[in-house]
Amino acid sequence: MQTKSIQVKGLRKSYKHLEVLKGVDFEVEQGSIFALLGSNGAGKTTVVKILTTLLAPDGGTAAINGFDVSSQQDEVRQAISLTGQFAAVDEILTGRENLIMIAKLRYLKNPRQVAEDMLKRFGLTEAADRRASTYSGGMRRRLDIALSLVGKPKIIFLDEPTTGLDPEARIEVWKVVKELADGGTTVLLTTQYLEEAEQLADRIAILHEGRIIASGTLSDLKKLYPATKVEYIEKQPSLEEIFLSIIGKKEAM
Amino acid sequence: METAKKHFFIDISVMLGRSMRHIFRSMDTIITVTITPIAMMLLFVYVFGGAIKTGTDNYVNYLLPGILLMAIASGIAYTAFRLFTDVQKGIFQRFHTMPISRSALLWGHVLTSLVSNAISVAVIILVALIMGFRSSAGVLPWLAVAGILALFTLALTWVAAIAGLSAKTVDGASAFSYPLIFLPFISSAFVPTESMPTVVRVFAENQPVTSIVESIRALLAGQPLHNDIWIALAWCVGIMLVAYVFAMRVYKKKV
Ligand SMILES: Nc1ncnc2c1ncn2[C@@H]1O[C@H](COP(=O)(O)OP(=O)(O)O)[C@@H](O)[C@H]1O
Ligand SMILES: [Mg+2]
Repeated sequence: MQTKSIQVKGLRKSYKHLEVLKGVDFEVEQGSIFALLGSNGAGKTTVVKILTTLLAPDGGTAAINGFDVSSQQDEVRQAISLTGQFAAVDEILTGRENLIMIAKLRYLKNPRQVAEDMLKRFGLTEAADRRASTYSGGMRRRLDIALSLVGKPKIIFLDEPTTGLDPEARIEVWKVVKELADGGTTVLLTTQYLEEAEQLADRIAILHEGRIIASGTLSDLKKLYPATKVEYIEKQPSLEEIFLSIIGKKEAM
Repeated sequence: METAKKHFFIDISVMLGRSMRHIFRSMDTIITVTITPIAMMLLFVYVFGGAIKTGTDNYVNYLLPGILLMAIASGIAYTAFRLFTDVQKGIFQRFHTMPISRSALLWGHVLTSLVSNAISVAVIILVALIMGFRSSAGVLPWLAVAGILALFTLALTWVAAIAGLSAKTVDGASAFSYPLIFLPFISSAFVPTESMPTVVRVFAENQPVTSIVESIRALLAGQPLHNDIWIALAWCVGIMLVAYVFAMRVYKKKV
């Protein structure tokens, strides 16, 4: 039985002279939520693009459900779905038409019904027959995620799913992500927000200067924090503090 | 293999349905595509027509083939534009992470180009009929005309695909079509080439538009076809094959 949904070993990628990934390693357990945490420009999108067959790696290996992303693209694409950093909806089509289109492209039996169910699930029934270009940012994001879930892919990639959303829409997205994982879907999400990783993820990996500088559960990461100082009030370090402390240590070296 | 083939056709039909919706929801593109050729037709027939000696009594008949080619040349600019926006927007990225045929995405655009140009051509022929265009041609010659126009559209569509896939800006994606739109002016589309100075004439007589225009004109007038038809077909097929190879190469590099 394959229990690792995603296995990444020594992944390298450069754009011309810019070395973005210098050997990235991580694994994602089936049915878990994995957060790839990194600041803007850290290379999160590059990792996601490689894992979703959009970009070829320069070195290292990456496997999805045991299938290599470079040589077994068809099998990989059967298993995955991507919600990219920028909403990938057809703005001229209505929400319903978008969903039906994707359901047809996944060769599902009853595209209309699938669309209807998704609209209901994501609270888009009222807006169903309006063009997606008229949707608010939050609605567009929900449609985007709904499109990714059509056909029930086993592994979902969410690249900064809440960037640019207002707090209310952000909480909605969080709810969806949690439901997904409860339903057995593996989720890899990237984020710049420590709070988001803290809220959602079973495991967190911090991508910094081309490498994973720390990974584990939230409590693993908390252990990396310098020994608790003797203070009158014992304070739990937040992920933010851990992050800054790790980066600070690396840079001091 | 059978399911792969079946899927390929499902993919193409979904893509075609998608872009036809795009076209019908922006009917202004059809108007934009047909308005210039129609304006040219009005201008040449009612303003210059009296002064132009073509040796025919019906100048609309003489003019129509060139006008149709002009409409197609401006129509394919929209194919480049649609392809460009698809590549730029996330939607192509979504398609590319799905287990669907990559070439179906391009073929969807190509079929769309054929259908939308057919609509423009039909609109212009209607206007021409109102302006006095008449043809004695039967069903077969008309089918032949449709075939030549479709081949011409296909050839230019693949040229448009190169532009749409490799352009860096929206303007770049459609700029390539401007010279194509004006190619009919330096051909036998509006005036017989005999009246042109030698250098221009040599160019006019040997560029693709002239042979295509002459073939269509002969078919519509019920006249016998000359060598022109073979030259016309060779141009269309030649351009199509070369452009196809390059478009595919650009596309593979892109995805
Ligand atoms: N196509 C590209 N060509 C050149 N540089 C790129 C390209 N894509 C991304 N980069 C650069 O690679 C680095 C990592 O980008 P990205 O993976 O998008 O980071 P993140 O998603 O973490 O913000 C950035 O410095 C970015 O400018
Ligand atoms: Mg990014």
